[in-house]
Amino acid sequence: MQNYDIYNPFSLKGKKILITGASSGIGKGAAIECSKMGAKVIITARNEERLQETLQQMTGEGHEIRICDLANNKAIKEMVDTLPELNGIVNNAGFTITRPVRKIEEEAFQQIMQVNTIAPILTLKYLLNAKKLLNGSSIVFTSSLAGIGRMSVGNTMYGCSKGAISAFIQGAAKELAPKGIRVNAVCPAMVETQILSAGVITQEQVELTKKLYPLGRFGTPEDIARAMVFLLSDASTWITGVNLLVDGGRALY
Amino acid sequence: MTLDEFVKAFAAEFDDTPEETFKADTRYKELDEWGSLIALSIISMVDDEMDKRVTGADLRNCSTIEELFNLVESK
Ligand SMILES: NC(=O)c1ccc[n+]([C@@H]2O[C@H](COP(=O)([O-])OP(=O)(O)OC[C@H]3O[C@@H](n4cnc5c(N)ncnc54)[C@H](OP(=O)(O)O)[C@@H]3O)[C@@H](O)[C@H]2O)c1
Repeated sequence: MQNYDIYNPFSLKGKKILITGASSGIGKGAAIECSKMGAKVIITARNEERLQETLQQMTGEGHEIRICDLANNKAIKEMVDTLPELNGIVNNAGFTITRPVRKIEEEAFQQIMQVNTIAPILTLKYLLNAKKLLNGSSIVFTSSLAGIGRMSVGNTMYGCSKGAISAFIQGAAKELAPKGIRVNAVCPAMVETQILSAGVITQEQVELTKKLYPLGRFGTPEDIARAMVFLLSDASTWITGVNLLVDGGRALY
Repeated sequence: MTLDEFVKAFAAEFDDTPEETFKADTRYKELDEWGSLIALSIISMVDDEMDKRVTGADLRNCSTIEELFNLVESK
């Protein structure tokens, strides 16, 4: 029998990872999975109570919490100042406001771009300048199928914010490669988070939409988190600048 | 906003359906132009002009413009 304690290139043992948007959904799933794979994780978001809930579901010791509002660049800088040296980042926090093109609202657009695009890029910038990203670090962004141009009606502001990320990772991957730092994104299709259980979408609609997924279901936070674990781990050391579809085959249609 | 004003604002979201088509008892989902994009426009209009949040499910559950108006008013 193989002893996977001895041979496991997918392990995150000994790695310190920062995860944003860890109080809910995909980021929470990522925090739990990364902890199970042996990482020490620093989780951040605005809601302390829900971060505590994430922490309680994580495995192992030595994880930490940071409260930070990504709408505020100064707060991001201050948060980075409190961080130790890292082996990886999961830049995952994000949100959407759906509006048809002719109702695009400047303020909403700016908020989306700030939290989904500017904040994660500045987080990386500040960590680089503070020399807190160790050689061999892996940076993972949560983009979306929308980020590669496949979005539902009304989701263009969000699509812009994720499209910028999906382009950014390719440029940053080139620039940071000499330091041995890899930069990738995951592009999830629909993942079962609050959105679906809140009843905004009817059960009937959910069943119809599922038919567009060759693998027959929406994603779970764990589905996305495991792709993130792969990109954070030494199993992917020759992968950089990639927008990895994690979509149950959705993009095949 | 009065019901009359609401009917007007509702009508303004449509490009191809003549304004006089819209009455308080118009069953809006039966209009040819009705679809997910118009639904989103209505949701945004309600947000912008009445500062109230309606959902896609609300739009599906109501039949007439007046029913929708009453629902928005009750929020
Ligand atoms: N769910 C999907 O179907 C799907 C599909 C493709 C891509 N994505 C992307 O996946 C990522 C996670 O989405 P999710 O579905 O897990 O959403 P979620 O359950 O709503 O979680 C969003 C997370 O982002 C954090 N966040 C939002 N605004 C913030 C702010 N201003 N400052 C700091 N943190 C903030 C939230 O924390 P607090 O509220 O505690 O601050 C929360 O932890 C997002 O980037 C989203 O665009 C989701």
